[in-house]
Amino acid sequence: MRALLRRQRYLLDYSLSSLARRPGKHLALLLVYTLIVFLLASTLLFTQSLRREAALVLAESPELIVQRLLAGRHELMPADYLHRLGRLRGVSESYGRLWGYFYDPAVKANYTLLVPRQDPPAPGDVILGTGVARARGLGVGDYLSLRSARGEPFSFKVAALLEADTELVASDLILLGPEDFRRFFAFPADRYTDIVLRVPNPSEVRKVAEKIALALPDTRPILREEILRTYDALFGWRQGVVIVLLTGALLAFVIFAFDRAAGLSAEERREIGILKAIGWETGDVLRMKFWEGAALSLTAFLAGYLLAYVHVFFFAATLFAPVLKGWAVLYPDFSPLPFVDGLQVATLFFFTVFPYTVATIVPIWRAAITDPDQVMR
Amino acid sequence: MPLSPALLALTLASLTQASLLLLASGFALRILRHWDLNSGSERQLELERRTYLVASLVAWVFGASLLSLLLFVYHAEQLSSQFVGAMCATGVLNANAWGWPALYLKMALFFAGAAWLLLNRVDNRAPDYPLVRPKYALLLLIAPLALAEALVQGQFFAGLNPDLITSCCGALFGPDSKGVAAELAGIDPAVSLTALYLSGLTVLASGLIYRWRGWGGHLFALAAAFGFGVALVAIVSGVALYVYEHPHHHCPFCLLKTGHDLVGYALYPPLFAATALALGVGLMTTWRRVPSLEGIIAAEGRRLAGMALILFAIFHGVATWLVLRSNLVLLGSG
Repeated sequence: MRALLRRQRYLLDYSLSSLARRPGKHLALLLVYTLIVFLLASTLLFTQSLRREAALVLAESPELIVQRLLAGRHELMPADYLHRLGRLRGVSESYGRLWGYFYDPAVKANYTLLVPRQDPPAPGDVILGTGVARARGLGVGDYLSLRSARGEPFSFKVAALLEADTELVASDLILLGPEDFRRFFAFPADRYTDIVLRVPNPSEVRKVAEKIALALPDTRPILREEILRTYDALFGWRQGVVIVLLTGALLAFVIFAFDRAAGLSAEERREIGILKAIGWETGDVLRMKFWEGAALSLTAFLAGYLLAYVHVFFFAATLFAPVLKGWAVLYPDFSPLPFVDGLQVATLFFFTVFPYTVATIVPIWRAAITDPDQVMR
Repeated sequence: MPLSPALLALTLASLTQASLLLLASGFALRILRHWDLNSGSERQLELERRTYLVASLVAWVFGASLLSLLLFVYHAEQLSSQFVGAMCATGVLNANAWGWPALYLKMALFFAGAAWLLLNRVDNRAPDYPLVRPKYALLLLIAPLALAEALVQGQFFAGLNPDLITSCCGALFGPDSKGVAAELAGIDPAVSLTALYLSGLTVLASGLIYRWRGWGGHLFALAAAFGFGVALVAIVSGVALYVYEHPHHHCPFCLLKTGHDLVGYALYPPLFAATALALGVGLMTTWRRVPSLEGIIAAEGRRLAGMALILFAIFHGVATWLVLRSNLVLLGSG
């Protein structure tokens, strides 16, 4: 066993010194290899962190949302539906929510206006998401002027700004009191936007939803787990699409690697010839070349992954964010939580090291079977 | 079909593996027809050189199959969030009829590959390469396995329909998930744990006999293969319950999660490695009478059998420790 390890160590030693003797030749390959790993790893890391972020945000959201449908479209919820829902077993709390969208022509962006359930702002006050504050250049104490649905001007005092760590979901948010909300939108007094139910026991959620669907046939219950599932699939799908698009680059890389490995210089051929003449076997040359590839792959993989890590977690994936995140005028600025995932590393391995090795096996073998007398003559 | 990177990676890997093995099969046919060590012809020389290439390709394919087995399980685990009622990989593998067969084929490919590589290793040590023909004939048998694996996995992925929100209502009325393969999980833990120890003893006995007497390699491989099956059943119906400390939680994959101290990594790798080694020993003893291999196979077989026994012992030790440290009482009054 020890002899085997020592043998591999010597082979690795030789491969490394051989790489070091011709740095220029391998540098181009290393650069391209690193770039490929970087591109793929950035995509994977960023989307994965979006997924996690969505899951973290939704963890606090209500288990069940009930919306009313009219002619297949979302419709306002009559307040008496709250009573008609009655006391369903398993529901600890139910309440109507007031929220809506508002298009602000001044900054060409959509805001989300919401009445918080706990501690709504005093009449005339609003709390702003950081995106809105940035877009309108407002701070605490300033006034936000909007033209309402009926064309009347409204002016709200900015009482506070939302914390920056909620930015992914709250960038475009304006919180205001219920009276202001109804006045601003001319919202009917006996209506809510939707109804929210809290169901503490996860295994009862589906049953409750079924009961609602029976009791109020013109509504649709939406489960939190469904929203999570859909986000999950959506982000996975986006990842997949980007990777399919990158396949072209991957293919080019494979051809490049094949070409590099196939185009041995006369000097390298002579080197292999000499090695075989002094007693190396074909298997030894193969192993030496294998170590060479392994050293190259490992360096490129680590460097690429590290760069992607820095790109995603320190620079918020500046290069790909628009494609993977979706886009809006009020762009949230957010720094994803750093993490490393085994599944991702294995996936990345199959997209980079695996094709590289497959592409180089045949050229390496061709080099290894070189006859000493042929090249030294 | 969900279009996730891991799914694309697995498909890419399976297709590459299958096509490389097909290439190797073409070469295997040429070997079977033209191999003649005594000939000095150019063709023979070329064949000899090409065996290096094929051995490297095959080694790489089988190495990748191990990694793809792991990735497959992880990916199924990750997909579980997209299916109603799927709590972990088990639920996803149950999502259509191809899930479990894909996993089994992946395992079969790994074992076949490991045994083949061990045989190849022994053969390369003999000066006259006596096993070239049988070796490449075996490769012809393994290639369809890789093809089947790629096809079944493709079917499995193509048949996955995540339960997403639709415009009319949620996936509320989707079908309930099925449980773990009920027959296996339903086995009484007392029976499965007893079977686990009995099969362990059989493996130990046959392995020791092989090491001392030098015969019974096939018996050892057979006992190990049987022991492997029993071990998986025992994990599902017995050991898992003790790990989760819950009498109805049978999942063989949740053992790999951090929430359960990653104990799966102490259970599965020794079990898989031990079984692969034992199968290799069984395969190579078939040719123990070949003159140029006699000494090599005897020595190598003993060494590998010893390693397999140590790994089996580690597996059984870990399983026993998991049962003993658990607070769950299933057998007796505790």
